Amino acid sequence: MPDRIIYADNAATTRLSEAALAAMTPYLTGQYGNPSSLYSFGQQSRQAVERARHTVAEALGCAPREVFFTSGGSESDNWALKMGAALMKSRGKTHLISTAFEHHAVLHTLKQLERDSSPRAADSSPRAADSSPRAADRFTVTLLPVYENGVVRPADLAEAITPQTGLVSVMFANNEIGTIQPIAEIGAICRAAGVLFHTDAVQAAGHIPIDFKGMQIDLLSLSGHKFHGPKGVGGLLIRNGLRLDNLIAGGAQEGGRRAGTENVAGVAGMAAALAEAAGTMAADAEKMSRQRDRLIREIQAAIPRCRLNGDPVLRLPNNVNMSFEGIEGESLLLRLDYVDKICASTGSACTTNSLVPSHVLMAIGLPVEVSHGSLRLSLSAETTDEEIDHIIKVLPGHVDWLREKSPLWENICRNEGI
Amino acid sequence: MDNFYSPEVMDHFINPRNVGELADANGIGEIGNAKCGDIMKMYIRVENGVIADVRFKTFGCGSAIASSSVATEMIKGKTIEQALALSNREVIEALGGLPAHKIHCSVLAEQSIRAAVADYYKRLGIDPEPIVGKVFTGEELESMHDA
Repeated sequence: MPDRIIYADNAATTRLSEAALAAMTPYLTGQYGNPSSLYSFGQQSRQAVERARHTVAEALGCAPREVFFTSGGSESDNWALKMGAALMKSRGKTHLISTAFEHHAVLHTLKQLERDSSPRAADSSPRAADSSPRAADRFTVTLLPVYENGVVRPADLAEAITPQTGLVSVMFANNEIGTIQPIAEIGAICRAAGVLFHTDAVQAAGHIPIDFKGMQIDLLSLSGHKFHGPKGVGGLLIRNGLRLDNLIAGGAQEGGRRAGTENVAGVAGMAAALAEAAGTMAADAEKMSRQRDRLIREIQAAIPRCRLNGDPVLRLPNNVNMSFEGIEGESLLLRLDYVDKICASTGSACTTNSLVPSHVLMAIGLPVEVSHGSLRLSLSAETTDEEIDHIIKVLPGHVDWLREKSPLWENICRNEGI
Repeated sequence: MDNFYSPEVMDHFINPRNVGELADANGIGEIGNAKCGDIMKMYIRVENGVIADVRFKTFGCGSAIASSSVATEMIKGKTIEQALALSNREVIEALGGLPAHKIHCSVLAEQSIRAAVADYYKRLGIDPEPIVGKVFTGEELESMHDA
């Protein structure tokens, strides 16, 4: 058994970088002043937060005053959608557009908006007729298809936009299959139609170039721990001039837009990690793309009846997502972990409390029985060629081991004459 | 242990007992379906009313493979009556417990044994229902799991 783990689940979270830890340490130790305090001990913390804001702005192509720190990607998505939708509703626009394969932080928030504004949400009072929202006040949601390659088509968006459309939310890159969306084109369509455009860039930030202003994005969510920053900190970029109401009410932090004492160490660590990632982005992407393509090529050569999920080119440099027919993903993960200390992920229903397989794999039209056998390997700049070699070496054996015991595989072989 | 599963589950998953097909089986039961993500196939050879040999094949998660493995150990050498009396609770106990949303795997193990015994009687031209009772299909088990 290998003595070290092979960490291939960087889409779940990443190792905190040394630079991020170094940037955080002063604010976890001696420098604990509250940024809102007037004395210089507090103002030193204030300066750390403002330096971090500048760093994030520079990395993502926006102005520092457009950066708001949050607790992470989920809070940012909730803030953008709930308050973005409310803002547009005040202008009589209650139609929302998103995609079928967004992160649950987006999909569940949209469901909540729809549910809370539906007549049934209000008819518990005896005066239901008076209190139920008018049809015009109800949010309706259109989810765009993402096709077999997992990429939204801008033409579909242009067609879906109506005079009632207030907000569009399309993720920058998908968290499971890594497909990159045509964000600049979507931004242009939304801007021309006077529609707010939010993008969940949690998987993209620090990995591929983002130009907030140039891509005509109004709202962008990011999360620190996806690019070697700390957990529990993220950000929402809000285009200057957009008066989004607060999600978290309270004190006057973040220019009065997001209450709560600043996570000083967190934002300092996130900013340091983002700056580091931006500095090495091109070289890292080149290296990981090569490793990614080698993984895909060699796994496909070694294992029959397997397929790559998501577009092979419009894809994050670090994402591999494949399905192996006749086996179930959770048992594959267990063997990879137990026997070879390889950390990976699956879209199989068996890893959740439900029997529903990954909505992402369903959205790209993967048959349910095939989706159970999916494996996501997500690399980082720290992934070595030796680790890739090892995964390629051991994975076929684990798939074979499970297939030998699988009555489903037996049926597939019989039907296909394998 | 820092595994998601108990040591017993991991042991039966990593080193499953009685796995494979049984060439001279005289009863074969299959439960579950591919869409739900688990299929269990139980092969038994009954001699003089005793489960003389047993094998299984399972498509499914770690606890499904472990549940079928431990169940084969629990019925091997036992009479048909004893095999039919095996409950999913006993399978869970033998595995040192299962996470709540994996209880369903132990039910599949129990039912796949009943299905194999039913098949054994059918092959003899005997109506299995009065002896074995109702064997649940995969879909019925899934809907119970949902409820």
